[in-house]
Amino acid sequence: MNPTVIVFPGSNCDRDSKVAIEKISGQPVQMVWHGETELPPSSLIVIPGGFSYGDYLRCGAIAARSPIMRAIVDAANTGTPVIGICNGFQVLCECGLLPGVLMRNASLKFVCRDVHVRVEQTATPFTNTFQRGQVLRMPVAHHDGNYFADEQTLQQLEDDGQIVFRYVAPDGAPSPSANPNGSQGNIAGICSKQRNVVGLMPHPERLYEAALGGSDGRGLFESALALAA
Amino acid sequence: MKALVKVTLKHGVLDPQGLAISSALSGLGFTGIDSVRQGKWIEIELAETDATAARAAVENMCEQLLANTVIETYAVELVE
Repeated sequence: MNPTVIVFPGSNCDRDSKVAIEKISGQPVQMVWHGETELPPSSLIVIPGGFSYGDYLRCGAIAARSPIMRAIVDAANTGTPVIGICNGFQVLCECGLLPGVLMRNASLKFVCRDVHVRVEQTATPFTNTFQRGQVLRMPVAHHDGNYFADEQTLQQLEDDGQIVFRYVAPDGAPSPSANPNGSQGNIAGICSKQRNVVGLMPHPERLYEAALGGSDGRGLFESALALAA
Repeated sequence: MKALVKVTLKHGVLDPQGLAISSALSGLGFTGIDSVRQGKWIEIELAETDATAARAAVENMCEQLLANTVIETYAVELVE
């Protein structure tokens, strides 16, 4: 088991992700700088949250073209589980591993609060310990989380079961008021066609044990770590 | 040679920043504004002297980095 967290200039959830995985797994996590061109053997790859490259040009755009990303795309294409959290989700969309794009929140405001999401797809490396329809509470903290894709892509995501999380009310019903950023279809997270690449705006690494106020995020890492064990 | 690149949101893509600007302009008393769209302006100094080659290179830059063609469109203008 050798989980890897990627570090870009401006990442700020890299150490949270490392600590979360180390506490859950008891195994050391490798930190890999964005300027590297090769990945060490990795059972799972985390692209963490933050403001890589100061969000210059577009969120995640510069990070998506950094040297390590070629190795990450290769690893993803050979089935390695990859999760992008918040800015990591933006990076995965920008580099083409996931379809669509995260636009400025419809409110134009930075949103920092707990949200509820419903698990829509359990057949991914990061959601296989959940039940379909299970509601999780996790924090979001972003300015650009407004998921957008053209109609054809959205239909394809629905048809192929690539929508992994949807913003919902605590009772599990999707509604406009439960949507913190204006995302189409209340989409909070999606996966690749092959299911091994997952991106989501909420931060599971910030809520993985009771001392942090909840442990709903823990299951994402437990799922992937159990597969890698 | 210099390339002037204009990157804007595609038609049909909601532009909340453009809407906010539009509403601020209305608040200042400007009337007759149908809509406001916001974009980016990028200037690139090029060593290339051949216009055809320069345009091809800059369009490639747009496709690979400067624009996200899921939501954005771009226009390239070359000036001496």
